[in-house]
Formats: sequence, structure tokens, C-alpha cells
Amino acid sequence: MSERAFPVPDAVTRPFWDGVAEGVLRIQRCRGCGRHVFYPRAVCPFCMEADLEWVEASGAGVVHSFTVVHRAPPDYRDEVPYVVALVDLAEGVRMMTRLVDVAPAGVTVGMPVEVAIQGEPRLPYFRPR
Amino acid sequence: MAAIAGVAESDLGEVAPKTAMQLQAEAAREALAEAGLTFADVDALLSAGGDGYAPSMAIGEYLGITPRYTDSTNVGGSSFVVHAGHAYRAIQAGLCEVALITYGSTQRSAASRTLGRGGGVRGTYQFEGVWGLPAPVGPYALAATRHMHEYGTTAEQLAEVAVATRKWASLNPKAFMRDPITIQDVLASRWIAQPLHLLDCCLVTDGGGAVVIVSAERARDLPRPPVWILGHGESHTHLGISSMPDLTTTPAALSGARAFGMAGVTPADVDVVELYDSFTITVLLTLEALGFCGRGEAGAFVSGQRTAPGGDFPMNTNGGGLSYCHPGMYGIFTLIEATRQLRGESGPRQVEGARVAVANGTGGVLSSAATVVLGQ
Repeated sequence: MSERAFPVPDAVTRPFWDGVAEGVLRIQRCRGCGRHVFYPRAVCPFCMEADLEWVEASGAGVVHSFTVVHRAPPDYRDEVPYVVALVDLAEGVRMMTRLVDVAPAGVTVGMPVEVAIQGEPRLPYFRPR
Repeated sequence: MAAIAGVAESDLGEVAPKTAMQLQAEAAREALAEAGLTFADVDALLSAGGDGYAPSMAIGEYLGITPRYTDSTNVGGSSFVVHAGHAYRAIQAGLCEVALITYGSTQRSAASRTLGRGGGVRGTYQFEGVWGLPAPVGPYALAATRHMHEYGTTAEQLAEVAVATRKWASLNPKAFMRDPITIQDVLASRWIAQPLHLLDCCLVTDGGGAVVIVSAERARDLPRPPVWILGHGESHTHLGISSMPDLTTTPAALSGARAFGMAGVTPADVDVVELYDSFTITVLLTLEALGFCGRGEAGAFVSGQRTAPGGDFPMNTNGGGLSYCHPGMYGIFTLIEATRQLRGESGPRQVEGARVAVANGTGGVLSSAATVVLGQ
């Protein structure tokens, strides 16, 4: 029996997961070019700056795309069907997530959503806003 | 100039108790024999995905070959099409004369294919690997949803690809699934990850293959007609699907433009097309990326069984990853079938008068692409 997947923070990503543990969605912003960066990186992919700061995201986004999962990896089989989505945050970065508090048939591309940190492991899910 | 001089598949389907190295060795032996060459003639080895961390080293040891050019580039299922381009370049540069590309996998008999693994997720995957998205079908489903949203592409249009490809498979004795299917069968098959059904997904089989590429000098007196590499291109745009710049534009837009430009041909000049069909959506996105139709037009393009035997756009004439074989990294089979079509030896599935072919590999989750334009 395998165990459900959980993130293993590293030196660069730990502030993100510490934020999630505190109930806050934090992402990076480059001090060189000012753009937001996700996933967390040691170097800005836009301008090569190595100085990135952590900022609190608004938590608001829209669904860019989604899939309703019916054939799940082993540890998720009792949860099907569920919705995995790509969400574009207001800050301009894209994040994979699962949508909660909405039936799969009710999900649409472009739907406004907001972060809803929860679960075990604790993760940044999203729900309709 | 460089040409494909020999191609071969290993046993396909379920090959237990054979091993992946055995499949590669048997395919290599057969492809070299077809080219009138032996292991002793090979001076370049290119491989991906086989046993061990350095596949070209493993096959070199197994076959007793000491190359002067080696390449274990792994960018997913497109790797072997990348290798064909690299072999061409290495031959052009005078680094080698006889390049052997190999692949083998026993993922079906080993039951090694999973939809995802539990436990701790590290590195850049820690943000994607925690959501229960089945791999690799989930990311392709995300692209399919987006294509449907942007362009009105329908499940029926995706199903057209699966149905047409199965018709080609019915003409190929080596194909794993040969019974005809209908669009209704595809739509009625169970959901895997919406909007993709079971029959939108490639097979899980064992299998392997080998391709021999030689210099123009070596190509002069081959037992079979040489198939020339006219152009090639490669690229990748991301690793995880969250980082794909545009969910409906694959890197085949980059690799294809380079390959066509180098070959001096346009999509309209191509007689037969072999595309990596990991999922039906992969085919639609690739047709658009390569310029066989406009952005968003692929659904309409494949409708009416246009890509089936007798249609005016023969595609995936071996039955593809959807119905012929899919051992996990299908790219090498696009080269093998394109070569056979240009030699005119494809029997009941031969595309009459085929003179120019395109082989296109896709790797990862629409992450990498490699295109090769081939000609007689």
C-alpha cells in the first residue's frame, strides 16, 4: 500500500509550503523585473535576477482548463470523479490545483475561483468565488 | 546527406519472458541485416528509455559496439526522432558513418505502467504531483478541454482519429488491436480523464525497434532503396503541463517549421504522415502545429474519416500508438513506418506513390517535439 502523494519542500520552495501551513498563498516576485514567478525558483526565468521576494497572492484566479478524473492513481480512487484544474492567478501565474465545493458538471473554463487551503496533506485547493 | 538504411521492429504486444535488452538486440540485428551491415560497422549509438541510466552505453555493451558518437538524449517519446536528427548532423560533420538507434520496453508484461505514485514528491513536480492527476493522460485531457473551449472541437472529432487509425491497424498483421470500432464505440467507452475516453488513449504494450542511418557514401550500395533525411527539427517548451506556454500549441510548431524549412518542402508536398498519437488530442494539436491545417481547424480537418485508408490524408498508416503498439515511447515507430511507406513495401496499407513523408514525435506531456522530413 503506497501512501498518498505529499510535497517535500526544499530550500527554495519551503516559504510556499510554510505559507500553505499558515493558510496563506505566497508566491515569488522578482526584485529585478517585478514579475511574479511560480513555481518557486532560485533565479528569475524572465530576467536572470537571483533576488526574488515572497509576497502574498490575492488568492483570486480563473480556471484556464480542467479535467474530470475518473481513472485515478491508486491513492485517489475512492474520490472519483474529481476535478483537477489549471488556475491562472490574478498575479499572472498558472497553478495546478483541485477544485472543491463544486460539482464536476458545474465547472467551466473561465470560471472565477479563490484559494481554499485545506486537506491532509494541506494544499492550496480552489473553490468558486 | 544521410539516409535511413534499415528499420525493424522487435516482437510487439506481449513478449514475456523477453527482456527490453533482448527486444533491442533483436531489432538492431534485423535492421542492420536489412541494411547489409553488421554490429562491427556501427560507429554511432543512440538510445533512450531502455535499461539503466545510460541506454546507449547499455546497448553498446550488450551488442559489443564501441561507438565514436554516443547519444542517450531522453526527452520522452520523441527521443528517437531527435536521435535521427542528431545522427544526421553527426554524419554530416564526419563524426560517424553508421548510426544505430534502438528502443525496447516490456512495460505491458512487467505491468510497470502506473497512473501515478504516492509518497513524497520532490523537485519541480512537488506542485503537480500532489493532485491525483493521472499521468500522462491528465495533462493531455487539460489540453483537450482547452482546445474544445477555444475552437469548439468535439468529442466526435477526437473519435474520428481513433476510428481511422483502427482501420489502418486492421491492415497491419503486427497491430495489437485490429477489430473495427465506430465513433459511437469511442464515445461509449469509459471516461479516463474527461474529455478523453478509454479509446482516445494509446495502448500499453511491449515492443522495441531499431533504425540504421548511414552516410551518403554508405548509402550507395544498400540492399534496399535509401530513404533520405531531408530535414529535421527539435524543441521543447516545458516539463510539467502547468508550464506549457499555450495548451493548444505544441513544440512541433518549432520543430516542424525547422524541418520543413531545411527540407525545402511544405506540408502540401507531404504524401504520408506518421504522428505520435499518444492520445487523439495529440494528433489534432500536432496537425495544427505542423501546419497541415490552421489553428483550431484540426477537428474539422480529420472529420469524415479523412485520415483513414482511402482518405485524402493518409496518417498513422501502421495503426499508430492507438491500435498498433505503444511500449511507452512510441517515436521510433513513426520513423519505421515512414521508411517502409517510402520504400513502397507496406503491402495492403501502402500509400500509392508516396515520395515524401513526415515523422513527428511528441514527448512528455506535449513537452518535446521532433520532426523529420523523409524523401525517396
